Amino acid sequence: MLNNKKIISKNDIILILGVLIIAFAFFIIMQINKKTGYNVSIMVDGDAVKTLSLDEDCEYSVDTKLGHNLVVIKDNEVFVKDADCRDKICYKHAKISDIGETIICLPHKLVIEVKE
Amino acid sequence: MDKKNNISKAKLTAYAGVLTALAMLLSYIESLIPISFAIPGIKLGLANLVTIVALYKLNIKLAIVISVIRIVLSGILFGNPVMIVYSLAGATLSLLIMIIVKKLHFFTVTGVSVCGAIFHNIGQLVIAAILVENARVLYYFAALLVSGTVFGVIIGVLAAFTIKNIHINTY
Repeated sequence: MLNNKKIISKNDIILILGVLIIAFAFFIIMQINKKTGYNVSIMVDGDAVKTLSLDEDCEYSVDTKLGHNLVVIKDNEVFVKDADCRDKICYKHAKISDIGETIICLPHKLVIEVKE
Repeated sequence: MDKKNNISKAKLTAYAGVLTALAMLLSYIESLIPISFAIPGIKLGLANLVTIVALYKLNIKLAIVISVIRIVLSGILFGNPVMIVYSLAGATLSLLIMIIVKKLHFFTVTGVSVCGAIFHNIGQLVIAAILVENARVLYYFAALLVSGTVFGVIIGVLAAFTIKNIHINTY
């Protein structure tokens, strides 16, 4: 029973497969329920800052004491064109357009969400 | 288990210091590798390698101390100080689960590592949802489960080899 000597065991395989199956199931469910959204809500620290429409191309600058993010809507997609946060995860994020998808900038407490 | 009682506190402390430095080094290396694709939160978890080795070779208390010190110092020095809170949340849940799972002797080191990786991600997602006041962060759950499992296995196998071949001497 002392598993310190083995590198991998049957229980490990079951765990790995189990988690992958759960992840796959989640993924399938999300793909089935995917719907293109209409409104884009921009929230900072839980407060709604602006609501935009996916249909209208525009650039909206979010400037708070936490930092700056440039939110762009183009061709029915939302993305972040510019940000002064350190990791720039929001900037590298793929463009979003489906209901429930989000782009989040944690250091700036910014949440861009596509709604219906 | 009896072996560990023969190691002096000073020796344990010295080992802990070395492992902490190693963990910070791995954390720095990880920050150099741009592994974030379109989804935030994907991490290699290299520093977790040290946490697991500490859990199996030293003791629980030192493993916790090493992790906390590594996260705080790495966050200040190389990473993003903002992420310290998220990392600590992830590490807390991850360590808790790993300690429990290890005691149950249900998995090998690899399994413990996978559990640690997955719950580290869950902890970070939950804290992100709370701090940003938006539950939509859970959208990434599926992707993080997969990346957590894959990297968990890699780190786990590496940790297993390390644990097998490292000897903490009792003299």
